[in-house]
Amino acid sequence: MRSEPVVQVQALVKRYGTKTAVDGLDLVARQGVTAVLGPNGAGKTTTVETCEGYRRPDSGTVRVLGLDPVRESAALRPRVGVMLQSGGVYSGARADEMLRHTARLHAHPLDVDALIERLGLGSCGRTTYRRLSGGQQQRLALAMAVVGRPELVFLDEPTAGLDPQARRATWDLVRDLRADGVSVILTTHHMDEAEQLADDVAIIDAGRVVAQGSPEELCRGGAENTLRFSGRPGLDVVSLLKALPPDFRADEPAPGSYRVVGEVDPHLLATVTSWCAQHGVLPDRISVERHTLEDVFLELTGKELRS
Amino acid sequence: MNPVNPVDPAPTGAGGTGGTGAYAPKPGAAPLPRMIAAQAVLETKMLLRNGEQLLLTVVIPTLLLVLFSTVDIVDTGAGEAVDFLAPGVLALAVMSTAFTGQAIATGFERRYGVLKRLAASPLPRWALMTAKTLSVLVTEVLQITLLTVIAFALGWSPQGSPFAVLLLLVLGTAAFSGLGLLMAGTLRAEATLAAANLVFLLLLVGGGVVVPLENFPAGAQGVLGLLPVSALSEGLRDVLQDGAGLPWTQVAILTAWAVAGLAAAGRFFRWE
Ligand SMILES: Nc1ncnc2c1ncn2[C@@H]1O[C@H](COP(=O)(O)OP(=O)(O)OP(=O)(O)O)[C@@H](O)[C@H]1O
Ligand SMILES: [Mg+2]
Repeated sequence: MRSEPVVQVQALVKRYGTKTAVDGLDLVARQGVTAVLGPNGAGKTTTVETCEGYRRPDSGTVRVLGLDPVRESAALRPRVGVMLQSGGVYSGARADEMLRHTARLHAHPLDVDALIERLGLGSCGRTTYRRLSGGQQQRLALAMAVVGRPELVFLDEPTAGLDPQARRATWDLVRDLRADGVSVILTTHHMDEAEQLADDVAIIDAGRVVAQGSPEELCRGGAENTLRFSGRPGLDVVSLLKALPPDFRADEPAPGSYRVVGEVDPHLLATVTSWCAQHGVLPDRISVERHTLEDVFLELTGKELRS
Repeated sequence: MNPVNPVDPAPTGAGGTGGTGAYAPKPGAAPLPRMIAAQAVLETKMLLRNGEQLLLTVVIPTLLLVLFSTVDIVDTGAGEAVDFLAPGVLALAVMSTAFTGQAIATGFERRYGVLKRLAASPLPRWALMTAKTLSVLVTEVLQITLLTVIAFALGWSPQGSPFAVLLLLVLGTAAFSGLGLLMAGTLRAEATLAAANLVFLLLLVGGGVVVPLENFPAGAQGVLGLLPVSALSEGLRDVLQDGAGLPWTQVAILTAWAVAGLAAAGRFFRWE
């Protein structure tokens, strides 16, 4: 059902001086929405900008809509929309002016007024770009990326710094683009964003793809779930563990807060509650958590802060 | 549309709230003349909207022309002061737009990713440069019109061939554009801002604009005469004040600067 890849990156290496930003990265994006996740400095922007034709690979190949983004840039540029991680607008230009200008560079642009309305840029009025709020600047850059009716858009952190309403508006726009057959490659730090929007997620760490698949596939990675409950501190975890089937783990990560990890099913829930009954414990909170993309992400990329 | 990799326009699954077709891909570059015209209009608007730029390109040349023509501050030699000053101020106006203004504006466009973003648009780089040149020329026409009117009001009586004047102005514009873009494309934006203003000031004083080169020590005159602004102001003065034909020395100096500057800018300009 999914057609030809829109972006195909093979064994991409990109260095800045001695620093290797992208280190043998393979990525295939098909029609639909692909989210690229990764910690700060993972190489997301470098990868995306190589696809946009800004950087020449040190080695490896990049094909976008079947074209070489550097050599065949003239043919590719009109077909691709670009939202940079920041900037890109004359500091003295007004939002509507810049959007209208970008539209004029294309043969069949979207209706500019409708786009202004939709992204709430109408309130910017005569304010010039340098005085727009960060979120307004982001929305203008997004509008500029889509106004030329591209087949494929690259959005580098489109919702960074947006308030919840603007974030929703951006998500809705991405969904509409997808429904109308526009492919979207976006980078993000928000797991929920990737879960909500993406057909495919690629997790990048230290310049390589460490996992790729649909959000469901990635979350299924472990069939394990977590059951949490709270009770009085210092319950006998060893006795709880004995009551559970083999392969389960149980601990008390914080005083009075208990965790059971394994393939949690209704029987297990019953086992835990009857153990509680036997020990005269009334759990005042009990919950079963599916693995989220965030868990997968932290598992793969580690919990410590990146430079 | 490029046939290399046709994209299936059908939505690939659930999740979308739209699908009305409003965003259905229909890519394509606008016709080149339309892109260039739009870009030139925008560049000109940005320039005219910028207060500091206007100070440099309009206010300072106008003030210098009026002030030095009406108050005897420097010895401008025999004849009406305005006949000496008008060619110098025209040269200054060209320098302020093609060199100082263009260097500063382009330096900050580079710094704020404007050039980078435009590089991803359908507008080819050469078309962007064409548009920038057009915007410089439009600004110069406005400046020269204003300064000419003021000079006439001050009793200016220009001589010589308009063709020679035009050629000198065009060569001067090319020389200053090359140098301005070289600076904008290689230095940091702040460094460009400082350096372009400093150069403007130094050349204003030492480039034969309002102070005749003859007022400098003999040894310095030869070197100062090779500067692009001196070549332009001296050349314009030969024609407009003295009614000379084409001043070949100055034409040669300006051509050399233009070729060297534009070649270096083309070679070393960094877009990011
Ligand atoms: N122009 C550059 N010159 C030198 N080093 C660079 C340059 N651009 C990026 N880097 C380095 O390359 C690495 C990858 O950077 P990149 O911008 O691709 O990361 P990212 O995943 O987009 O990060 P973030 O989430 O913070 O935007 C980083 O270590 C960064 O410092
Ligand atoms: Mg980035």
